[in-house]
Amino acid sequence: MSESTASPAYGDGPILEMRGITKTFPGVKALSDVNLSVDRGEIHAICGENGAGKSTLMKVLSGVHPHGTYDGEIVLDGTPATFRSINDSEARGVVIIHQELALVPYLSIAENIFLGNERRRAGRLVDWNSTNTEAAELLTRVGLAESPTQPVSTLGVGKQQLVEIAKALSKEVRLLILDEPTAALNDQDSEHLLDILRRLREEGVTCIIISHKLGEIAEIADRTTIIRDGQTIETIDMTDPDSTQDRIIRGMVGRSLDNRFPERTSVIGDEVLRVEDWTVHHPTQPGRVVVDKAALSVRAGEVVGIAGLMGAGRTELAMSVFGHSYGRDISGRVFVHGREVSVKDVPSAIDAGIAYVSEDRKQLGLNLIEDVRRNTSAAGLPQLSRAGWVNEHEELRVAEEYRESMGTRTPNVLVPVGKLSGGNQQKVALSKWIYTDPEVLILDEPTRGIDVGAKYEIYTLINKMVADGKAVLVISSELPELLGTCDRIYTLAAGRITGEVDVASATQEGLMSLMTQEADA
Amino acid sequence: MTTIANLKDLMTRNLRSSGIVVAFVLIVAFFTALTDGLLLSPRNVSNLTQQYSYILILAIGMVIVIIGGHIDLSVGSVVALTGAVSAVLVIKGGAPWWVGVLAAIATGLLVGVWQGFWVAYVGIPAFIVTLAGMLLFRGLTYIVLDNVSLSPFPGEYSTIAQGFVNGLLGGYGYDTFTLLVFGLAVLGYAVAAYRNRRAKLSYNQDVEAMPLFVVKTVLVAAVVMWFAWQIATYRGLPVVLIILAALILAYSMITKHSIFGRHVYAIGGNLAAAQLSGVRVKRVNFLIFLNMGFLASIAGVVFSARSSSAQPGAGNMFELDAIAACFIGGAAVTGGVGTVVGAMVGGLIMAVMSNGMQLMGVDQSTQQVVKGLVLLLAVGYDIWNKKRSGARTA
Ligand SMILES: Nc1ncnc2c1ncn2[C@@H]1O[C@H](COP(=O)(O)OP(=O)(O)OP(=O)(O)O)[C@@H](O)[C@H]1O
Ligand SMILES: [Mg+2]
Repeated sequence: MSESTASPAYGDGPILEMRGITKTFPGVKALSDVNLSVDRGEIHAICGENGAGKSTLMKVLSGVHPHGTYDGEIVLDGTPATFRSINDSEARGVVIIHQELALVPYLSIAENIFLGNERRRAGRLVDWNSTNTEAAELLTRVGLAESPTQPVSTLGVGKQQLVEIAKALSKEVRLLILDEPTAALNDQDSEHLLDILRRLREEGVTCIIISHKLGEIAEIADRTTIIRDGQTIETIDMTDPDSTQDRIIRGMVGRSLDNRFPERTSVIGDEVLRVEDWTVHHPTQPGRVVVDKAALSVRAGEVVGIAGLMGAGRTELAMSVFGHSYGRDISGRVFVHGREVSVKDVPSAIDAGIAYVSEDRKQLGLNLIEDVRRNTSAAGLPQLSRAGWVNEHEELRVAEEYRESMGTRTPNVLVPVGKLSGGNQQKVALSKWIYTDPEVLILDEPTRGIDVGAKYEIYTLINKMVADGKAVLVISSELPELLGTCDRIYTLAAGRITGEVDVASATQEGLMSLMTQEADA
Repeated sequence: MTTIANLKDLMTRNLRSSGIVVAFVLIVAFFTALTDGLLLSPRNVSNLTQQYSYILILAIGMVIVIIGGHIDLSVGSVVALTGAVSAVLVIKGGAPWWVGVLAAIATGLLVGVWQGFWVAYVGIPAFIVTLAGMLLFRGLTYIVLDNVSLSPFPGEYSTIAQGFVNGLLGGYGYDTFTLLVFGLAVLGYAVAAYRNRRAKLSYNQDVEAMPLFVVKTVLVAAVVMWFAWQIATYRGLPVVLIILAALILAYSMITKHSIFGRHVYAIGGNLAAAQLSGVRVKRVNFLIFLNMGFLASIAGVVFSARSSSAQPGAGNMFELDAIAACFIGGAAVTGGVGTVVGAMVGGLIMAVMSNGMQLMGVDQSTQQVVKGLVLLLAVGYDIWNKKRSGARTA
């Protein structure tokens, strides 16, 4: 049980010192001799490429990787910390919010907040009154105006993230670790989350935040530590005028990136995909229209973006076109190369030459317990086989080829995908679909949770696809990304296409106003 | 990495993947010692293969069911039902033995269609469907048999489970044919293993060091040939062993190298991702249960042939033995993991334990306690192993 840690007399040295941390997994040295020093009450950002070891470092700190499985020492408040589990670290006020949210969807907000830490009365019974009232107080602290008794499944990701923070606060947190908290949030929700962090800083809570969004780091962090290939590169004071994004990127990648987006001259050909009059209904709420008479087209050699706020129906539109994978009572027509095709199920959509890379690679994109090789071939087995038998040597060769051309960082292709870092998982998901040799590739948030260097590589890949005469449709919440990569952008609001803009004449403000346009009944 | 560390790393990794085999060897050694070698006597080895063959056949189907993320509780009842149908035709109706076999298989396929339909197309969890099936098919068995046992089957039918192939190529006190078959099998294994290793090397994958590889291959060959010698000097190659070997070979190939097999792993590993990769999930699930019905009918034929009878209560608890074999053999409760060979080793561990304890005269109740504990320990060891190798959640 976590004892109350109210205002004990701690010294005023750094709250946390990690010295010489080295952590190896079979075949991988994830961290080697990493040092990290965090001052009391600061917001300390950690930056680094995918697979640099950021999450691993935080797992070492919070006892997920228990004491003894790594080398080096951790000093918390001047005393050595030897956490053997998360419970140990939480008892000393260190709370981690993982890259993936860990809430139980069918329990209420309040139940989630006090899960494992229940408010009790008469010994072993749950005290519902104090559970709900305390939860309500915590929710006001994180600025979430929801009833504590509401099930978590009814909340969007942004709000769930706030529930996670409320949960951390319920544990008397003094050092809060957030692993890519804003990766799945839209701008507005991210902004709100950063405000909460600032407020916590005023209350004296120290924060460590991992993020790939450099703008956000510049905005909020007091200091930033850069990790590359499992080693500390430097810690930058963010008040220093020299703490530019370029400097951070240089530290992360080891060289400077002149451009965020690779150059491309578009050579646009004939229409590849056309969707007409596309209407999709919600799978469980009859009568609710999620996509409303949408029409769009993509031409060969063209990158087309879809912009929209959360809940505008972007993913729903894409998934319903991809073999009716979302929704019901779907109507409308799909043409590939001018010929009407059936997309009644996923195999027909694949046959028609459509590929869809999901935004949710862990749940919908990859089989995490299977190795890189088999994930790479998962959608392309027909090409790899004859009469129902898979050619395994060819499969291994293909997997190797894609590992190299995509620059996926893994000791070899027989490693389970679940062991790769987020960005490298994304590259495997992309490999899988590029190998099916689609006519049109639909990418849903292709750079979510991916570092700047890998983003650049993925944009390069997009360019390569279109240079080969394919068509690419990109869904993204980051407008600069759409503006930097697309030829044309559709905006979607409340299930309707509200605009189609040529990128030459597009601005963020212009897109934003189209994206927020009210449905004119 | 230093050479020593490298070696250590390789050793632990190899041990980990073959931990189950090591356990098997230890258990065999243990019971051999306790039974003064009786366990490994030619007669007992021959007996053992015949006596547990139907569990192994069931385990082949079961491991595919489990990899797909399902379970099948009905196989014991299906064994009884298929045997009963066969008995009614052959014993009561006087039909030739092969009519009985075909009818049993047809019954098994019908059962598979039935359960596959509910699981795949209606979407009822397999646990429920096969729990219902367990009751349903047991009841049907009683109805088909009119509540009485039927016996005996004619000679040809019993041969399936009790017969031997012997003297085909002559031999003095040992059967040349048996030795030849096994010799070829061992050769095939060695060549396949070598080619696999070479292929991996050419793609820069980790492989075990050459000496280790040689030692492992020679060891496997020696054990198999020793086994061949045992049965060759007894009564020759049991017919059921031929059936079993063919099934193991075929299903290892299917699970490892066919598209269907890949799809089963994909569904068990991540259903949603499989669906979005173009796997026809319903069809695959249907086939999984159709196949289970088929293998259960083969087991039904073998079992009825072995006991030369059909009884209303036959096959009771077989499902549990088959399921235990899969989990001891490394299949994951959550699906997506498991191998046919693993399930076979798991089944053999169960078989050797029961047989060893029987030879020692240990009573039924103690046997059950021991088997239960072994199941628990095997899965516990597996989980501990995964934790140690740092299974990663984020
Ligand atoms: N349990 C594990 N077993 C094996 N390798 C692991 C394990 N956990 C992490 N790794 C490896 O350690 C390295 C660092 O991974 P980590 O998750 O810390 O990266 P990261 O910096 O958080 O990346 P991302 O930005 O993509 O989240 C990677 O090469 C990864 O494959
Ligand atoms: Mg990470």
